[in-house]
Amino acid sequence: MALRKFRIFRGDSRETGELVEFEVECGEGMVVLDAVHRIQAEQAPDLACRWNCKAGKCGSCGADVNGKPKLMCMTRLSDYPEDEVITITPMRAFPVIRDLATDVSINYENNRRLPHFQPRPADFEDGEFRMYQWEVERPQEFRKCIECFLCQNVCHVLRTHDKHQEFIGPAFFVRTAVYEMHPADVGDRREHLKEHGGIGLCNITKCCTEVCPEKIKITDNAIIPLKERVADKYYDPLRWLLRKLTGRG
Amino acid sequence: MGIDCQRHEFDVIVIGAGGAGLRAAIEASAQGAKTALICKSLLGKAHTVMAEGGAAAALGNMRAEDNWRVHFRDTMRGGKMHGNWRMAQIHAQEAPDRIRELEQWGALFDRTHIGRIHQRPFGGHTYDRLAHVGDRTGLEMIRVLQDKGVHMGIEVFMEATVIDIPVVDGRAAGAIAYWRETGRFLLFSAKAVVLATGGIGKAWQITSNSWEYTGDGHALALRAGAELIDMEFVQFHPTGMIWPPSVKGILVTEGVRGEGGILKNSEGERFMFRCVPEMFKGEYAETEEEADAWVAGDHVNYRRPPELLTRDVVAKAIMRENEEGRGSEHGGAYLDIASKRSAEDIRRKLPSMHHQFMELAGVDITREPMEVGPTTHYVMGGIKVDPETEETTCPGLFAAGEVAAGLHGANRLGGNSLSDLIVFGRRAGLGAAESAKALAKAPAIPEERVQVAIAEALRPFDNPSGENAFEVQAALQALMQSKCSIVRDQAGLEEAISGIAALRERARRVSVQGNREYNPGWNTAVDLRSQLDIAEMCARAALMRTESRGGHTRLDHPDSDPAQERIENVITRDGDAMRLESRKQPDLPEDLAKIIREGA
Repeated sequence: MALRKFRIFRGDSRETGELVEFEVECGEGMVVLDAVHRIQAEQAPDLACRWNCKAGKCGSCGADVNGKPKLMCMTRLSDYPEDEVITITPMRAFPVIRDLATDVSINYENNRRLPHFQPRPADFEDGEFRMYQWEVERPQEFRKCIECFLCQNVCHVLRTHDKHQEFIGPAFFVRTAVYEMHPADVGDRREHLKEHGGIGLCNITKCCTEVCPEKIKITDNAIIPLKERVADKYYDPLRWLLRKLTGRG
Repeated sequence: MGIDCQRHEFDVIVIGAGGAGLRAAIEASAQGAKTALICKSLLGKAHTVMAEGGAAAALGNMRAEDNWRVHFRDTMRGGKMHGNWRMAQIHAQEAPDRIRELEQWGALFDRTHIGRIHQRPFGGHTYDRLAHVGDRTGLEMIRVLQDKGVHMGIEVFMEATVIDIPVVDGRAAGAIAYWRETGRFLLFSAKAVVLATGGIGKAWQITSNSWEYTGDGHALALRAGAELIDMEFVQFHPTGMIWPPSVKGILVTEGVRGEGGILKNSEGERFMFRCVPEMFKGEYAETEEEADAWVAGDHVNYRRPPELLTRDVVAKAIMRENEEGRGSEHGGAYLDIASKRSAEDIRRKLPSMHHQFMELAGVDITREPMEVGPTTHYVMGGIKVDPETEETTCPGLFAAGEVAAGLHGANRLGGNSLSDLIVFGRRAGLGAAESAKALAKAPAIPEERVQVAIAEALRPFDNPSGENAFEVQAALQALMQSKCSIVRDQAGLEEAISGIAALRERARRVSVQGNREYNPGWNTAVDLRSQLDIAEMCARAALMRTESRGGHTRLDHPDSDPAQERIENVITRDGDAMRLESRKQPDLPEDLAKIIREGA
């Protein structure tokens, strides 16, 4: 056991809140969330933070740890030098509710507006689709998403430019990709991606891929193929000419 | 006047948004009921996301011989013949349709080589039966249900904690809740209420359960006057992480053993070969060669490894190895998959286990064994329901999923929980919607009742200086871990019961720092009431059951008593106290008894 120093954001807005220093006994194998819980139990019972599974499966405990988006439950204290102060602040891209809890409701709004799964008729009488493992593996990668929103948090379009109203962000490109690449889906989400999703605003800096705790290749496997599909529909020169001539989309 | 609350009126409200709650809300909404879903965390974070192995359903995709009768038999025998036979029958019959329905709603299960849903072997299931997605089946299920529900337009109240179910003229009439974010109160009037709040595991020190698992639904139902049964039956999952200390309790999926993982003691012995109980003799491999042949894929000519015995059996075997001095370094057993499967196989079939051990313990499971030990995982007991409609003994109040009891008897088979959620979640939604149709309007909830519930929740703010809620919670966890855990005896249980009474006194003196806005100290103080209730229910029911059966093991009554096989301990509220009585369940009808006797 050794004493470690933490600085944690306390307050109900970025303007009025402040970093408060705590010292905690830390033992072998502890993660950042353990330290936050210990502070809660022993020093600051009203310290707000979200968590559920404590095993990297639910995506509730996202925060900025020393400025980097992390799941607190999967970030080991031993990753930081013993004398380093660990600073924990709420996810930058979302408004603060209190302390480490942020208002992520925009994400639920975005999800509600995404076009849903549109299946073809079942292939077997009992209702199953005939889908092969190699086909389902592609969308299965996107279904690993635990909705921690760290990718939204790191994305400069949202974090720096606050374009939440025009740009649904990497998490929802991933969510769209699940159904776009689902072998039994017959929907077309390209208009939604362009008009509502703002996919053109992504300039593929791959920051989202870097922070994804599930190691989903968000940019390469979801965003770029979706951009290509949108480009095929809207920017194919032949289709452009056809639209001009017939006046139809 | 008192404190103001936000008011809503619905036909059906569903409390809890895991698999059962979501499925219930989807069904109620599909039946035309105006439906609300109320959950303690954000949507999509419920305990279901942590379910790893799969959902059991006799699809027969791997073996044509599998059918509901075999699944029914496995479930009853896994539950040590204590379960509700009608629930076990309905569950086995309907699970396949519920799984295929998820596929229709967009689920992406792993596939067989001919493109059908693949099924994996699991403890206690005769055939490979678990539809799965790698080792993150619960996540897939919750996403599919979440998307389905959201696109149906179900209204969701996230981060709202229910503190009371008012009963008006003998009928559940809605719910009183508070918003976590603001601490403001909510009043839901409803024609029918579904409880789908999950389990109770946060009352133990070593647990795979999250902060939400405080037994709110169990306690709410008790206070509403409903009956609870089987509260002595808690499942201690044999394989939780045990090292380093901060990860103690985190689940290691049974899928590891399903994929061929073996358990070894400190002497390197595969001890499960000598731990096969009488009931299952002859059904498991007797040599390492036979077990290896089964793992290699021949499930027809060889029997399954004994590591795939039911969870109660494996957990107790690991305990015994430790008592007899053959435990692993930190008091558990070694779980080794590295010597049985290639690194590539392990990464593909068990990706989240690989990730979890690498990140949290610095262990590469493709090269080294894991260290595991029992962890509090699931409660078989809960609210008594009608098997057909899931209505509790309180009219207008329904229950499904872990909070309901009956299906799993004295021990739950792995994989039977996810299927339980969708089979009985759907039926509860249907039952609630039907029940709501009979009423023109939701019963009016008297204002006085609302104010009493609110005053009770706010009481910790009036204690100027007193106990710390987290300390009382930790004391309860230590008490339950030492006195009411995997092995129990009369003296220990009596100590648990008096200890709980003392903790109730301390809980009454808890005071809260800060205000009502997103205040975990206050939230924990409120949750403590439920935790103390379920702890008392568990300890008292455990004291009453003078035998060992499934998840309930008494050192002073080590054997199963056939006379108690069909006896259930029923708990009801008696003023401020609890009343316990033993009641005999109906015997199995002859056609089902024959399936058990003779095989399917």
